[in-house]
Amino acid sequence: MSQPLLKLDSATIRFGGLTAVSNFSLEVNPSELIGLIGPNGAGKTTAFNMITGVYQPTEGHIHLNGRSIAGVKPHDLTRQGIARTFQNIRLFGSLSVIDNVRAAMQLHCKHGVRASLWRGSRFKSLEKEVETRALELLDIFKLGSLRDEDAKSLPYGDQRRLEIVRALATRPKLLLLDEPAAGMNPTEKEELMHLIRFIKDKFQIAVMLVEHDMTVVMGICERIAVLEYGIKIAEGAPQQIQRDPKVIAAYLGTETDKEEPGDA
Amino acid sequence: MSSSLNPSSITGAKRWLIAGVLLAVVVSMFSTQFNRYYLGILVDIGINIILAVSLNLINGHTGQFSLGHAGFMAVGGYTAAKISLVISPMLPPALQPVIFLFALVAGGALAALAGLGVGVPSLRLRGDYLAIVTLGFGEIIRVVVQNMESVGAASGLKGIPKYTTLGWTFGLAALTIYFVSALVNSTYGRGFIAVSDDEVAASSMGINPVRYKVTAFVTGAFFAGIAGGLYAHHKQFLSPTGFDFLKSIDIVVMVILGGMGRTAGVVVAAIILTLLPEVLRQFSEYRMIIYSLLIIVLMMARPQGLFTWTRKKGGAPA
Repeated sequence: MSQPLLKLDSATIRFGGLTAVSNFSLEVNPSELIGLIGPNGAGKTTAFNMITGVYQPTEGHIHLNGRSIAGVKPHDLTRQGIARTFQNIRLFGSLSVIDNVRAAMQLHCKHGVRASLWRGSRFKSLEKEVETRALELLDIFKLGSLRDEDAKSLPYGDQRRLEIVRALATRPKLLLLDEPAAGMNPTEKEELMHLIRFIKDKFQIAVMLVEHDMTVVMGICERIAVLEYGIKIAEGAPQQIQRDPKVIAAYLGTETDKEEPGDA
Repeated sequence: MSSSLNPSSITGAKRWLIAGVLLAVVVSMFSTQFNRYYLGILVDIGINIILAVSLNLINGHTGQFSLGHAGFMAVGGYTAAKISLVISPMLPPALQPVIFLFALVAGGALAALAGLGVGVPSLRLRGDYLAIVTLGFGEIIRVVVQNMESVGAASGLKGIPKYTTLGWTFGLAALTIYFVSALVNSTYGRGFIAVSDDEVAASSMGINPVRYKVTAFVTGAFFAGIAGGLYAHHKQFLSPTGFDFLKSIDIVVMVILGGMGRTAGVVVAAIILTLLPEVLRQFSEYRMIIYSLLIIVLMMARPQGLFTWTRKKGGAPA
């Protein structure tokens, strides 16, 4: 197989005496849809924060495209191809919908301070191009008609989608979604599943999601890793995971029922 | 007005800038006919506009809390004053505008350097903590100046040539407004507001918060320095007490009253807050009480600022 896009090599992170994630090894291949699940407080978001450079692993290594990301700042990691959404939506509240996307696009802009001040014809054509591209992206996700709304005034589901659009505007190779289905009703979840699959196919990128909702995870992920108390207890295809006694124990306690670990 | 200046490359925002500068220069030609008192207030307004708009880049658009603007102003003011005091006797009077420009830019540059000096170490700090650090910085500048014999120490720097005119002041005010709005109203400039809204989200969208903050600090300090230079050549006298932290607070009030991040509002607030103490002069000893009360009332009535039109939607202004 080709080189993995992202490789965690026994990544460990400790906060004082607490080991939040311990010896976590995982490989993510290009254009793969991988899920990271686990009970509350299992260290999923912490793992995300390690991958995106918010936290530095205490031990172990993380490689992106074969390059170590130790000490690389989050904004530089975005440049190298990692983009993310947040568990609690973090849009730029005082910017309009399209400006949220434009803000994320400045990363790949060739015109910076000087062009902004001079405002020549090159600046204008580049700004036009950015606007067109932002609008294209918004249109794909049916947000084009809301371009001038304040981002924070959008309905919840739209805000979640806008956050994904904004992440895609940085042209990632790996998109990390932190609980994208949180707070969604069954119809919205159904739509979200389509959306994630669509993103993966259309943009040819790897998607890694942290999610509590088993319907979503089991429905779309090609591979799933399970964390409990910061330790990876299982990894495999959804069917395998569903039958894994350790996973069932983690979710439902040791008294195993016949029930699937749905609606955890 | 701009027809003589190759109209194809001068459009939109730039046309406003040129119109503003020309208007300032033209009005300035007739300034001898103005009452000296009113003229002085007009120049004060222009200087305060520069201060408020440049602080707005730091406090409003980028969401930092700087209380050190008077410090940057002092750096620029003293530098510019010293330069023109030393150079102007050596050169013919015809070169006066050149000397003045050089003095202003040098003052601005030194203030920008000070901005870099404060900006870099204090970037790890947020909100109140940053405010305290910048406050401390402003006080250090004041105390240093107070003890520097070469700039008159506590008794002040006297005999600064009167170079500041209406034209210089409002020309530079127009330039400041243009500079800050042009910087913010672009794809690049959305980064300032993104940093102000959510630093964590901004950095995971590839926006380098440190670079944006330093840019804001350096740019803001540069224009504060320019304002200081104008102030020095307007009052012809500089005293360290004029740059204490109350001066910084005055500028912060203009920004807050105008609406954080709203350039037009901040300009209007700068005008109002410069005029208010003058209008209230007839109430002599009560005037600062009335002034403060009015600020309280304005703040309670419009906590979001006087002018809160939404930002220019979509693209940059054509």
